[in-house]
Amino acid sequence: MGSITLEHVHKSFGGHPVIPDASLQIEDGEFVVFVGPSGCGKSTLLRLIAGLEDTTSGIIRLDGEDVTDQGPASRGLAMVFQSYALYPHMTVRQNIGFPLKMANTDKATAERKVADAARVLNLTDYLDRKPRELSGGQRQRVAIGRAIVRQPKAFLFDEPLSNLDAALRVNMRIEITELHQQLKTTMVYVTHDQVEAMTMADKIVVLNAGRIEQVGSPMELYRNPANKFVAGFIGSPRMNFLEGPAADKYRAATIGVRPEHMRISRESGEWAGRVGVAEHLGSDTFFHIHVDGAGMQTVRTEGEKDFAPGDPVWLSPDPSHIYRFDQSGLALR
Amino acid sequence: MARQVSTRRKLAFTALAWIVALILFFPILWTILTSFKTEQEAIASPPMIIPSWTIENYIEVQIRSDYFRHFFNSVWISVGSTLIALLIAIPSAWAMAFTPTPRTKDVLMWMLSTKMMPAVGVLVPMYLIFRDTGALDTVWGLTIVLTLINLPIVIWMLYTYFREIPVDILEAARMDGAILWKELVYVLVPMAVPGIASTLLLNVILAWNEAFWTINLTASKAAPLTAFISSFSSPQGLFWAKLSAASTLAIAPILVLGWLSQKQLVRGLTFGAVK
Ligand SMILES: Nc1ncnc2c1ncn2[C@@H]1O[C@H](COP(=O)(O)OP(=O)(O)O)[C@@H](O)[C@H]1O
Ligand SMILES: [Mg+2]
Repeated sequence: MGSITLEHVHKSFGGHPVIPDASLQIEDGEFVVFVGPSGCGKSTLLRLIAGLEDTTSGIIRLDGEDVTDQGPASRGLAMVFQSYALYPHMTVRQNIGFPLKMANTDKATAERKVADAARVLNLTDYLDRKPRELSGGQRQRVAIGRAIVRQPKAFLFDEPLSNLDAALRVNMRIEITELHQQLKTTMVYVTHDQVEAMTMADKIVVLNAGRIEQVGSPMELYRNPANKFVAGFIGSPRMNFLEGPAADKYRAATIGVRPEHMRISRESGEWAGRVGVAEHLGSDTFFHIHVDGAGMQTVRTEGEKDFAPGDPVWLSPDPSHIYRFDQSGLALR
Repeated sequence: MARQVSTRRKLAFTALAWIVALILFFPILWTILTSFKTEQEAIASPPMIIPSWTIENYIEVQIRSDYFRHFFNSVWISVGSTLIALLIAIPSAWAMAFTPTPRTKDVLMWMLSTKMMPAVGVLVPMYLIFRDTGALDTVWGLTIVLTLINLPIVIWMLYTYFREIPVDILEAARMDGAILWKELVYVLVPMAVPGIASTLLLNVILAWNEAFWTINLTASKAAPLTAFISSFSSPQGLFWAKLSAASTLAIAPILVLGWLSQKQLVRGLTFGAVK
């Protein structure tokens, strides 16, 4: 079991509030991703759940039990750190086995569990190496091995992939998702990368300046962002925002149109502009268009399109996918 | 051209280093040479450089006062006080390095400031306390005093080493279920072994050479080698050759220890600044 509840959790560092007031319910077995820009308090929130930081006020529950005053060692959670935080003086075998040693697991059981974890993570051949003799991806696996070996109530990940190169990052992302499907244990995963959030999460928690902006499934956030911040943060490339006369027409302070919901044409459309930079990805092309009076807007088109820089074009939004926001940035429905 | 200059400079530096080293080492060399002279040779003027290689002084010194008793007192006091200091300093340095408060720096400075007071300033109260508690001329009494005297340095050194250890790793240990003492014993201490080793060595040497308290608070029973040396510069007048023999005997163990552990010591003396 591993449900996690935050009730009005508040955290200040030296009088400076980092998490003003967070309440959140994480169900047993869920894969929850905390996403938000750097410095918004994702790590702090995760560390509060871990017990590595004390709450300034508020209550944290694990499976309904109040653990606010318990230290990290007794909460029964496992954590994978951004830096991996492997024990440099121990071999891979000892690193993975360390939580079992701390739990006084008998030797035979511990050995079997370490061997199992190593097999799952393809580390069997490296068990007698020290962490410094491993590649980044292997270190990452050791850190995960150390987390899974003793069946914790929940896994906490703090940007575990940010030190890996792009290709490896995609692989590990899939491996972690598969791990979750196998183990069905609660996972709380922190990242600043909305692609990781969208692809991995059952539930995304969008954070901004210590506040929870919205909680929901990836597609809920994509389809119905609660405000401009979430709308701009979720989705890639970023949503286009238009203000002024363009928005007035839709009785909103700002309207948002995702690049995939923007039509581009040489003949006619709602907004006139000129082609700027084109990014060719093969399957898709992103055109950055200078729209008269509304700044730079992005259009996503399928396949290759032959608009050259400087060409005059027209843009028009897909009318069924226009997001409207009021003066304070809240979504209008 | 440029190469030649740099070679010449290198030679000059090497020569300079040797000269400085010789100047620094000369008193020790002279002591060792003198210890193999007869008393007449020792006070001869102009001084004789080559001794007659007599071992008379060593035999005399051993007969007059038992070298090995003093040697073992020194071992007990220096090793004992170092181990106790480490036991106290490791948790203290851990707390200050990994959970600093706005006052941590002040506490560290305050501890260091106790080293700036002249020891003789507290000699009388210390002596009275020792007399009244029966600690005078006991090995355990001296061990406690030397523990307290060197504690600030030990804490400082460990603090600087611990600060190089990423706190993540200790936090990982906590997440892995390590309670406090397990975190210290299984993770912090093994990771800090080089730092702890240099601290231990340096402190053993400091305690071994400490001469003020060891001489003033002992009579004969607990007297370590420092007191053993000073006993040869006493009432009957100075006997240079015997004094030198006693000194050589007293510094020999620490010289060997220092020589064997040069690397650790350099790191220790530079407070971890040299990798
Ligand atoms: N131990 C700390 N002391 C003081 N301020 C901190 C501490 N940890 C984090 N902060 C501050 O809290 C804010 C959120 O930090 P963090 O949770 O690490 O953000 P994120 O993980 O989202 O990038 C930052 O402004 C950071 O400077
Ligand atoms: Mg962070």
